[in-house]
Amino acid sequence: MKPAPFAYHRAHSVGEAVALLAELGDEAKILAGGLSLVPMMNFRLARPAALIDVTRIEGLSYLRPDPAGPGSQGGGLRIGALTTHRAVETSRDPAVLSGFGVLPRSARWIGHYPIRSRGTFGGSIAHADPASEWCLLAVLLGAQVILTGPRGRRAVPAAGFFLGYYTTAASPDEMITELSFPQVAPGAVLTEFAQRQGDFAIVAAAVSADISGGVCRSARVVLGGVGPRPVQVNADALAGQPASASTWQAMGEHAASQIDPPEDTHGSAEYRRRLTATLVSRALAEASEVIEPGEPGEDAR
Amino acid sequence: MSHWVGAAVPRKEDRRLLLGRGRFVADLARPGLLHAAFVRSPHAHAEVRNIDAGAARKAPGVTAVFTAADLGYPHLLALLERDEFVPTRMPILAGDTVRFVGEPVAIVIADDAYQAEDAAETVQADWVPQRSVTSIEAAKADTAPRLHEKAQGNRLVDLLMFDDDRLAEIFADAPVTVDATFESARVAALPLEGRACLAEWDDRDDQLVVHVSTQVPHQVRSGVAQALGVPERTVRIIAPDVGGGFGLKCVVGREEVAVAAAALRLRQPVCWAEDRQENLTASFHGHEQRYQVRAAFSADGRILALDAEVDCDTGAYSAFPFTCAVEPLMAATELPGVYKVPAYRARGRAIATNKAPAAPYRGVSRPQIVLVMERLMEKAAAALKLEPLEVRRRNLIGPGEFPYRGVNNITYDEGSYRESLDLAERQVAQKAWTAERDRLRRAGQRAGIGYACFSERTAYGTPTMSQRRMRMTPGYDTAMVRMDPTGEVIVTTGTCGHGQGHETTFAQIVADRLGVHPDRVRLRQGDTDLASYGWGTWGSRSVVIGGGAAGRAADIVATRLRRVAASLLEASPADVELTDGTARIRGDDTAAIPIPELARVAHFQADRLAEDLRYGLEARASFDPPGTFSNACHVAMVTIDPGTCAVRLHRYLVVEDCGVVINPVVVDGQVRGGVTQGVAAALLERVCFDPDGQPLSATLMDYLAPTAAEMCDVDIVHLQTPSSFSETGAKGMGEGGTIGAPAAVLNAINDALSDTSVRFDHIPVLPQHVSAALDGAAR
Amino acid sequence: MKDTHAICLTVNGREHELAVEARRTLADVLRHDLGYTGTHLGCEHGVCGACTIILDNAPVRACLVFGVQADGAEVRTVEGLADGEQLSDLQQAFSDHHALQCGFCTPGFLMLAEAYLAEATDREEDQLTEEQVRELVASNLCRCTGYQGIVEAVLATARTRRSRPKGAT
Repeated sequence: MKPAPFAYHRAHSVGEAVALLAELGDEAKILAGGLSLVPMMNFRLARPAALIDVTRIEGLSYLRPDPAGPGSQGGGLRIGALTTHRAVETSRDPAVLSGFGVLPRSARWIGHYPIRSRGTFGGSIAHADPASEWCLLAVLLGAQVILTGPRGRRAVPAAGFFLGYYTTAASPDEMITELSFPQVAPGAVLTEFAQRQGDFAIVAAAVSADISGGVCRSARVVLGGVGPRPVQVNADALAGQPASASTWQAMGEHAASQIDPPEDTHGSAEYRRRLTATLVSRALAEASEVIEPGEPGEDAR
Repeated sequence: MSHWVGAAVPRKEDRRLLLGRGRFVADLARPGLLHAAFVRSPHAHAEVRNIDAGAARKAPGVTAVFTAADLGYPHLLALLERDEFVPTRMPILAGDTVRFVGEPVAIVIADDAYQAEDAAETVQADWVPQRSVTSIEAAKADTAPRLHEKAQGNRLVDLLMFDDDRLAEIFADAPVTVDATFESARVAALPLEGRACLAEWDDRDDQLVVHVSTQVPHQVRSGVAQALGVPERTVRIIAPDVGGGFGLKCVVGREEVAVAAAALRLRQPVCWAEDRQENLTASFHGHEQRYQVRAAFSADGRILALDAEVDCDTGAYSAFPFTCAVEPLMAATELPGVYKVPAYRARGRAIATNKAPAAPYRGVSRPQIVLVMERLMEKAAAALKLEPLEVRRRNLIGPGEFPYRGVNNITYDEGSYRESLDLAERQVAQKAWTAERDRLRRAGQRAGIGYACFSERTAYGTPTMSQRRMRMTPGYDTAMVRMDPTGEVIVTTGTCGHGQGHETTFAQIVADRLGVHPDRVRLRQGDTDLASYGWGTWGSRSVVIGGGAAGRAADIVATRLRRVAASLLEASPADVELTDGTARIRGDDTAAIPIPELARVAHFQADRLAEDLRYGLEARASFDPPGTFSNACHVAMVTIDPGTCAVRLHRYLVVEDCGVVINPVVVDGQVRGGVTQGVAAALLERVCFDPDGQPLSATLMDYLAPTAAEMCDVDIVHLQTPSSFSETGAKGMGEGGTIGAPAAVLNAINDALSDTSVRFDHIPVLPQHVSAALDGAAR
Repeated sequence: MKDTHAICLTVNGREHELAVEARRTLADVLRHDLGYTGTHLGCEHGVCGACTIILDNAPVRACLVFGVQADGAEVRTVEGLADGEQLSDLQQAFSDHHALQCGFCTPGFLMLAEAYLAEATDREEDQLTEEQVRELVASNLCRCTGYQGIVEAVLATARTRRSRPKGAT
C-alpha cells in the first residue's frame, strides 16, 4: 500500500495553484488535508501524475460572518476552503453559533479528532462523497461554492455542484476557495447513522425548518447516503402542519417513500429507507426543539 | 512461597513499548535491506498459463523476481493421519492454479517497498478463470467445481464422532425436541501489526536467520525447513516484539517462506511487511461455520441427547501445521461444554471454498459451540415454559461431580460452573440490571439481558493433542532457568508471548520459587537458537505449560541453591528458606546469605562445594499436562434503537475462574480484550465476498473492528478453583472472553426482541438484519 | 523518474535535513529515513491511527501526509514524550491502567491523547468527561485491550494535569 509516483508542487497562493492546475492538466490534483485522496493513492485506486499542495496557502482558513450577505433574513457566512473541520467544530463566534449552529454541531459527526484536525471544509466539498456532512449542509442551506480558475472566480450553487459519486461541476483547472452560506439557518439540524462512530454515514439527514407558534411553516430535507449525491426530497407536505412528533414521523415516512437508495454490505436499500424515515423524523424533532424549546411539539415518546 | 504469584506486578514489557523503543520486525534495519512485494491473483479460481515478469525484472530498483518455477515449487503440507482427511499442498507461490483472490504467484524483490510494489504491478499472467465456490452450500453441491482433485464435495475432513445407537429412540420418545440452525460469519483476527518477516543469511553461523512476527517460532522453523528441504539447524527463527496475533500468527504463512527462500538465493537481507489490504484478503480468516443441531429434553428440562452436523468453511487450503481439521474437530469434540449430555453424536466437516484459508482464530469453534448450547438452553426453556437459568442449572456439571468424564470422553478438572452462574445472577441482581432494562424499555428503547455459561479447555498437552492425529502433534514445552554469578535469573521458553505479559507472569512464577524479586528474572523467548523446541503461544497454553515448565526448572535451581546455602552455613538443605533474595536457616535469625552470594560462590568458588553442586546454577524442565478447563459466566445487556435498529452494548459482566491468578492485571486485560473481540463478532465484524469471490472487506472502512465507542466497561469478578492438573494451579484464560461474548450478546438481543416473534441464531446481528426481521414479523 | 525534494524538518526538537521522494509518506520518512520507528504503520489508510503523530501542534495520521509536506514543520513522535528515561505522566498512566498489551497501537494512542490534552488545556476546558475521552479514544484502533484501560489512563492524566498549578509542566 505505497502510492504510485507523482510530481509534487507546493502552491503558496491561489494564483499559483490555479496556474499550476492549468499547466499540469487534468492529471494533477489538489492536495489539502489528504484524508480522502491519500488513502485512495495508497490503495493505488488514484494515481494522479502531480499533486499541488495548497495547505500552506495563507488566508484560506476562516469562518467569516457576512453581515452584507445576500440572504433576506440576515447575514450569511463565508468559510475559507482550508478551514479545518476542527476549526468549525470549536468556533465560539456568536454569529456562527446563533445563525449557523448547525455547522459546529454537525462537525462532530465527521470522522474523529485527528481527521477533523487535518481535514478541510473545501476538501470535503471537492471530494463530494454523497454522505458527507458538509455537502449535505451546503445543499440544504443553499450555499454557493466559490471556484477560482484561470478565468477568475465563479460561484456555483451547491444544488448544482454535486453531479454524482465523487464528481462535481468544478473544472480540472479550478480550485474551491470558499463556501458562501447566504443566510442564517437557526433551525437547521443534521443527524446520521453509522454502525461505528466516525464512519461515513449509511444515511444522513439534514433538515431546516421554519416553525413558529407550534406550526411548521416550511421545511427543507436533504439526505446523504441514499443516492450518488445529496438528495433533496419534497417536504411541501409539512407546511401548515402542527410541530408534533406525528408530523415529523409522517414526514420521515414520506421522505423514505421518495428515494431509491443503493445497496451494499453496510445496508440494504430497505434498511436505508428505514434509516431515512427515522433520521428525518428525529432531525425535524430536534430542529423544532432548537427553534421553540419546550413547545407542544415535544410530546412523550 | 506464594508471594509474587497473585500480585498486580506492573508489566515489565510496558516501558520499552511506551517509550517507542519496542522492536517489531518492520523496525529492523540492515545495510542493503531489500523489500519484497507479492503478485497476487485477481481471480477466485483460475488456471495460470504463463507468468511474464520480464518488465518487472527490468524495473528500477528490482533485484529479482521469483515464481513458483524459479523456486522449484516449494509448498507447505499440513497433515492429519486419518483416512477421512484429504491433504492439500499449499504452494508457497501458486504454480498452475490459483484458488482465492490474493493468492501469491510471484515475489518481487527491490530496493524499497515502493519500487517493489511498482514492479509487481507490471507482472502479467494469463489467467483462465474457472468456476468458483464461495459458500459451504455451493461447495457441497453435486455440480460444484472441485478445488482439490481428491476432495469429493470439497470435503477436506468429514468425521462422524461419538455415534450412539440410542439416539433415534431417545429423540422419538423425548417430551421436547429443539431443532435449529446456527451460523457464524467469517472473521479476521486483525492484529494491529500485520504479518512481517526479515530473512538474512549468516555465513558465520551457516544459518538463515528469519525474524518473523509469529506466535510459533519453532513451527515456522519446521515449516521453512520442510518447504525448502534444509535441516532445521540451518534455520533460526527470531520473533521480536509481536504486535498481536490472536491465532493469525500461529500458522506458517507462505509469504514468510517465500521471503526466506529469496534471501537464501540472493544472500542478501530481504524483508516484507504485510499491508492491511493483504492482511484482510490474503492472510487467514476463521470462524465461518454452520451448525444444524437437534437436542432432546426431558419435561423437567434435562438434556437427553444432542445431535449436531457441523460445517466449517475452511477456505482454499489446510494451514500448516494445524490442518483444516482444527475447527470441525474442536467443535465436534467439545460441543457439550459445561452441560451433562448423556447421548451425543456429531459430524464435523471442513469444506474447501475459493477464499483465504482458515487459521485457528481466538476461541477456535468455542464461540460457536457455546452460542449453540446457550441458544438451545433458551429454546428449551421457552418450549418447556421454564426459567432459562434454571434449565442451565439442571444441566450444568455441578459441585462434587469433578473430575467429570463427559460423553465426549473428556475429563473436566475442577471448576465452578454452577457457582459462577449463581454469582453472576447475584451480581446482576445487586446491580439492578433488570430494573434498568425495564426502565430503558419504558423510555422507548428495546433492551435485553443475556447469559452465557461455558468452560474453556486450555493448555492442551501432547496426550490430548495426539487424539487429533496430527503429523506434527503439539503440546509439551520446555524451559531453562539459569542464575548468573550476580544472582540474576534468565528463563528461556518455547512459548512466545505477544501482548500477554509473559515477561512479567513467568518472572512472578520463577521469583516465588527462587525467593528473588521478579525484577531479578528476565524471560527470553521467541528465538529457536535460545530455547528448546517448543510450541509457541496459542490455545491459552503458555502460562500453564510454559510457566509450569519454568516453575519446575526453577524448583531444581532452588533445590541447588538450598544445598549451596546449607553447605556454606553448615545446615540441612531442608531447613533453608529462600525469600526476599536471601537464603535463611529456619529458626536461626543469624544465619543468612544473600542469594547473589550463593550464585557467586557456585560460579567462582566451585571448589568450596561438593562436586555435584559445582559448575553453575541452571536447570531444564518440561511440562506436558492433559489440559485444564477454566470457566466463566458472561452476562450482557444490550439496547436496540427501535428507529435505527442499532444494537449497542450497554453493560457487561464476567464472572471468571481461571484457577490461580498469576497476575490480576494481566488476567483482567485478557478478559476485556477477549470480550471486545467476541462482542465484535456478535455485532460488527464479517468478511464478505461478492458471488465471484471478490473480497468486499478489504479495508478497515468495510471490516468494522470496534472502537472505544462501541464498547462499554467490562466488570470482572473472579472465582479461584485451582487445577490439580496444572503445575501452578493456574488454568489458561487467553480466549475465554472471546468465547463467551457472542452467546451472551446474542441472548441479550433475543431478550430485547422477546415481545416479537423474531429470534436470531446467527452472528453478527447487524442493524439491517434487525430491521428486516422486524419488518418481516410485522407483515 | 523520481521526484526528489530536499527537506528540513524538526523531530522532537532535533533538526534533520534530507532528500525524500515526493510519494514517500511522512510515516516512512520518520521510520526508515530518520529511524523514529516508534511510529507504527497499521493500515496505511488513516483508520487505525497507529501512526498518529503531532505535526505543527495538530494530531495527524503520518500515513496520509507525504514527507515532503513536512518541510519546515515541527514533528513530535512517541520518542519525544519522555523526559530522558523518565516516563511522562501520560506514559506512566498507560502502564498504571494496563492500557497496553502488545504495544503496537500504543504510540498512536499516546500521541492522540497528548495532542488532545494540550488542546484542551489551551481552550481552558475545565473538565474532560469520560464520554469525551471515550469519543477521543475511538479515533484509533486497539485489538488487545478493549479500550477500558486507555480511557482510564487518559482520564487520569487529564485530572492530574488539571490539578497542577498553571504554568507547571
